[in-house]
Amino acid sequence: MNQAVPGASSADSAPHVSFRGTQKTYDGEHLIVSDLNLDIRRGEFLTLLGPSGSGKTTCLMMLAGFETPTAGEIRLGDQVINKVPPHKRNIGMVFQNYALFPHMTVAENLRFPLAVRKLSAADIDLKVKNALDMVRLGEFAKRYPQQLSGGQQQRVALARALVFDPELVLMDEPLGALDKQLREHMQLEIKHIHQSLGVTVVFVTHDQGEALTMSDRIAVFDQGVIQQIDSPEALYERPANSFVASFIGENNALHGTVESLDGDFCRVRLDCGAEVLARAGNVAGAGVRTMLSVRPERAFLVNGPAPSVNVFAGAVKEVIYLGDHVRIRLGLAGSHDFTVKTPISQLDKSLQAGDQIQVAMDPAHISALDAPDAATAM
Amino acid sequence: MSANASSATVSGPPNTTALPLKTQLRRAERLKKLKYGALIAPLALFLLLTFLWPIGALLMRSVENPEVPEALPQTLHALAGWDRQALPGDAVFAALVADLTENKGSRTLAVAAKRLNMEEPGFRSLFMNSARKMPLEPGVAPRQALLEMDPQWGELATWQLIARNGRAYTDYFLLAALDMYRDGAGDITQADPLSSIFVDIFARTFWMSLIVTIWCLALGYPVAYLLATQSSRVSNLLMIFVLLPFWTSILVRVAAWIVLLQQGGLINMGLISLGIIDQPLQLVFNRIGVYIAMVHILLPFMILPLYSVMKGISPTYLRAAVSLGCPPFRSYWKVYFPMTVPGVAAGGLLVFIIAMGYYITPALLGSPKEQMASYFVAFYTNETTNWGMAAALSAVLLVATMILYFVYNRLVGSASSGAKPR
Repeated sequence: MNQAVPGASSADSAPHVSFRGTQKTYDGEHLIVSDLNLDIRRGEFLTLLGPSGSGKTTCLMMLAGFETPTAGEIRLGDQVINKVPPHKRNIGMVFQNYALFPHMTVAENLRFPLAVRKLSAADIDLKVKNALDMVRLGEFAKRYPQQLSGGQQQRVALARALVFDPELVLMDEPLGALDKQLREHMQLEIKHIHQSLGVTVVFVTHDQGEALTMSDRIAVFDQGVIQQIDSPEALYERPANSFVASFIGENNALHGTVESLDGDFCRVRLDCGAEVLARAGNVAGAGVRTMLSVRPERAFLVNGPAPSVNVFAGAVKEVIYLGDHVRIRLGLAGSHDFTVKTPISQLDKSLQAGDQIQVAMDPAHISALDAPDAATAM
Repeated sequence: MSANASSATVSGPPNTTALPLKTQLRRAERLKKLKYGALIAPLALFLLLTFLWPIGALLMRSVENPEVPEALPQTLHALAGWDRQALPGDAVFAALVADLTENKGSRTLAVAAKRLNMEEPGFRSLFMNSARKMPLEPGVAPRQALLEMDPQWGELATWQLIARNGRAYTDYFLLAALDMYRDGAGDITQADPLSSIFVDIFARTFWMSLIVTIWCLALGYPVAYLLATQSSRVSNLLMIFVLLPFWTSILVRVAAWIVLLQQGGLINMGLISLGIIDQPLQLVFNRIGVYIAMVHILLPFMILPLYSVMKGISPTYLRAAVSLGCPPFRSYWKVYFPMTVPGVAAGGLLVFIIAMGYYITPALLGSPKEQMASYFVAFYTNETTNWGMAAALSAVLLVATMILYFVYNRLVGSASSGAKPR
């Protein structure tokens, strides 16, 4: 996963979609989306990720045209689309519950957008057939939606959103209703369809695993603001702030104060007195409170000679066996709930609760981030 | 060893009982079915006694014809085998004299005379006068005596009528309800246009019900849509207005409409004072008044089924249609409306069938030209006590409604079978 951020090469070309200073409020008091600036590149798979109520779905609905922004503008290509009604935007959309028309067969559902566009009957038949073949549902053309399984309905909805060759496809938590196994299968299927068609996809989800699996870039939303927009790898390894660090993946939080800031790195004095060298995230400078974020798999048990920095002694509280790996819960560096994830092959079998061990962390994998206020800190 | 164990568990229990699986299932389900049966038994019994049985009994009245056989058993016996082409023989006259003598002054004879009088005016006096002169003096020939009493006894039609009513069941009332009758030879004939009224009345009943249903649909559909899509605060308020008519009796509402619609009523006065019209409009005691009041009374029966269906349709469907490039109005027509067809079907059927049986509203708000089939059922039951005719009209109405229902179900049912919103 060391390759350049996908889509970065086309970053200099004009964005496919851009939000400029977009705002949305429903009640005139609270902004559900505040001052959104976002460029979506042509052909990329962008995921809007965030907890419920963070404004991600509202953004999608504004783009689809079902909600009007209260301020700012939205551009599709070089056209401002604020005033373009949704049926003239030519944007494909997959809805949460598929919204397949129950009184039409699968083929009729797919024919619908084409008939509206007044294509010739031969063209329509060909496109419907191709779209159904794409999602491998050719033999289900004459069925009604309620005669299909959830996964099949999902695929029909996907085919319907793509059959009229839109350049932009929006997906609003389309996999939410499927069970875990099917969901994972569909994630890959959608990803492959995206790759083969080259359309721009904007995908909304609250499932971070889904976002990490499918996306070229992920925009993390909270309280109507994009917290970070980056490739999955950058988002996970180098979170921009404490919200992103705790929202995506597992996270060990250590609290302290920045002592000195030196380029990309900084020294932090933890509340327990220990000193840590960490990658400087969004800390302003010496003297500010900080939350250090370490992924459980980026902390490791010291078996041989200890590294020179960031080595801490801790007491094992619990060893949890999970088949492919083991989680060790520790009391360490002022945290009572510090977790280390170790591959089963590197584990000392005799380890048990109460043992004293040493844990080391690479400074590049510790992010010094803003300290969340007491209310949101765990 | 483990293979043995697993195969034993797979083929274990069924071998021991040797009963087919279906039988076992039936036995297991039997108790459950009995329980369900017991739960609905009281209502089923109640319906049977108070609804199905009386209706069945009433409908039987449309074909029952016991009067003549009870009063003239010997005559009918003698008439058996008569070819109805020429006057019957002396034996029949003798038998009639015997019957008349036997039943003289009895209720049986009076009822039979009244029954025959329905078909041929003058029969009552013919019978009663002849019976009064019974018994004949000994030695007088019955044929001669009867012909002397009344020359009508010498007419072929008289005997044809008696013979026609000689069986305990008749199609006379049902034919009459369709403006038809049997002529002297027993063939079904169309009644002459001047005395034909019932076919027109049935046509009028259907037509007026249809118009009322269409108006209810046209007025109720948007309201139901509003109810289903507005916030619960707004829709609750609207729902109270929809249900308001149910809080007052039909009679009160009809009286209120008379007050509103009459010549010097609120609406006419208002229109005149606004200068829109010079002369008061005739809004009541004609068809307009009946339509206005019936639509008002039946509107909730249209709105409620529509509302319940629309409530289950997610607004996402419309959004999906629009996102696929379909303009909003066309989306509504192509996607939303077809999903409401089951509601339209249910509401339409409900309103239509209720309207078919309407009695009070047309009776109070309409002229004679607005009276529907039920009015004549009431007329025959209350005023002429002709139960046979009342029952026959009811039966024709019931059968016509059922035929209509099946046709309708075929048309709408197949159209909406695929449209069950998830």
